[in-house]
Amino acid sequence: MQASSHYALALDNITCTFASRDNRNARYTAVKETSLFIAPGEFVSVVGPTGCGKSTLLNVGAGLLQPSSGAVTVFGEKLAGINRRAGYMFQSEALMPWRSALDNVTAGLAFRGVPKGEARERGEEWLKRVGLGGFGDRYPHQLSGGMRKRVGMAQTLILDPDIILMDEPFSALDIQTRQLMENELLELWAAKRKAVLFITHDLDEAISMSDRVVVLSAGPGTHPIGEFTIDLPRPRDVAEIRSHPRFVELHAQIWGVLREEVLKGYQQQLTAV
Amino acid sequence: MWNKLRPNRANLVLWQWLLLVACFLLWYVLTSPTLLPAFYFDDSSKAAFFFGEPQKVLLRIWEWFTTGEIYVHLWVTLIETVLAFAIGTVSGLGVGLWLALAPTMSALLDPYIKAANSMPRVILAPIFAVWFGLGIWSKVALGVTLVFFIVFFNVYQGVKEVSPVVLANARMLGANRKQLLRHVYLPSATSWVFSSLHTSVGLAFVGSVVGEYLGSARGVGYLILQAEGTFDINTVFAGILVLTAFALVLDGIVALAERRLMKWQPKTGETEKL
Repeated sequence: MQASSHYALALDNITCTFASRDNRNARYTAVKETSLFIAPGEFVSVVGPTGCGKSTLLNVGAGLLQPSSGAVTVFGEKLAGINRRAGYMFQSEALMPWRSALDNVTAGLAFRGVPKGEARERGEEWLKRVGLGGFGDRYPHQLSGGMRKRVGMAQTLILDPDIILMDEPFSALDIQTRQLMENELLELWAAKRKAVLFITHDLDEAISMSDRVVVLSAGPGTHPIGEFTIDLPRPRDVAEIRSHPRFVELHAQIWGVLREEVLKGYQQQLTAV
Repeated sequence: MWNKLRPNRANLVLWQWLLLVACFLLWYVLTSPTLLPAFYFDDSSKAAFFFGEPQKVLLRIWEWFTTGEIYVHLWVTLIETVLAFAIGTVSGLGVGLWLALAPTMSALLDPYIKAANSMPRVILAPIFAVWFGLGIWSKVALGVTLVFFIVFFNVYQGVKEVSPVVLANARMLGANRKQLLRHVYLPSATSWVFSSLHTSVGLAFVGSVVGEYLGSARGVGYLILQAEGTFDINTVFAGILVLTAFALVLDGIVALAERRLMKWQPKTGETEKL
């Protein structure tokens, strides 16, 4: 295997097996012998059928989940506990409902002991950057879904993490808001060039944003079955890039690999019911 | 005309007071020895004997407050209630947080907590009287045993129901164990705590009054007991009314604190979204 010290995040031969709580013999292998390497500044998307263990892989990279076997290396160091160099954008609501938007954005700074005044200043600045200047004193329930996602984005990015982990962050949004947010994210990423591991089930989203797309097989025992380098020009506009001839070509290629897995995953869900 | 006067949001408080006055009037009409002929009891003054007379009850309360006779009793009862409420809430909160975050310990203690909760705790009152004497502390102890379990179970439940995503998010943002407790578990449990506090206020009163009833030299419960000994129903009712009023005041204070601390919670019917 390659020396993993060159990579921002290296998941080496990861296997995750879950044992059922009621029955120790009932096991489920979500992820099997999967390796994933992300260089600093690289935007990598992982696509796969629903329920294939994409989120499991991300949680392993975040240090929220211990793999059954395999090693996680962050900038050449073995990961133990929470991945301190990573920021995580969750799929579902992750804001603290008892904190205002500004307090949510500055939560990470407060946990790190940054003085209140400075944290506030940086929080206001980030709120403005995600287009929510003046909404700082609102509570999450007073914001729309898209605004909450923006707050979540600011909350993660204000800490300036070297690795950004994203778990279908925009899947709950309508298509227009989604493209807007995707463009905003690309802009922010282009300015800082962090390593991004982006999980999605939307192939269009994966291709239009990434440098590289990894296709996972259907579960159980998910493993990568294809890897594609996306050689589309940057900067990109996610709506416009979709009509680029190379985009169409890549889409057809990747879909050829993904299609079978999606059908397999769908069949499994049908038989499970 | 009626459309304007019928109960609506604007005049609700007025109607609530009117209802109270109506209740007192009904009470007066049914118990007055002279107004109606006896229709249930064989003697027209018996209704007043069993159910009291509202004007005499109110007069009694008036006398209590003008002569200042009640203050010492009321003060003792309130102190007992507030102490029981505060100690019970804080200890319930502490133990609830601790056990919810220490699964082994909570599994170990589980049957004992269930046993302690299902025990009719009022029977402890005589024991507390022996342990803590006839002063306020035996009543406080009884009130604490009543309040503690309600708050404890609610906090325990509240901590168990913390959203795992919010928790994971806070951990990824770099919160350590203490910060998780302070900034995630505690605020998440507060909504459960407040719903329990409304019940607890009433029970704290139950603790102090029952305690006073079983043995004391001061307190509203003591006043009621004395009046009952001489079949002075009016004074008994006066005591009940005064206790109810103060329980309402305490509950109002809890509601006020709740409104201040729970601003972040969406209220039903609130459609302010942007």
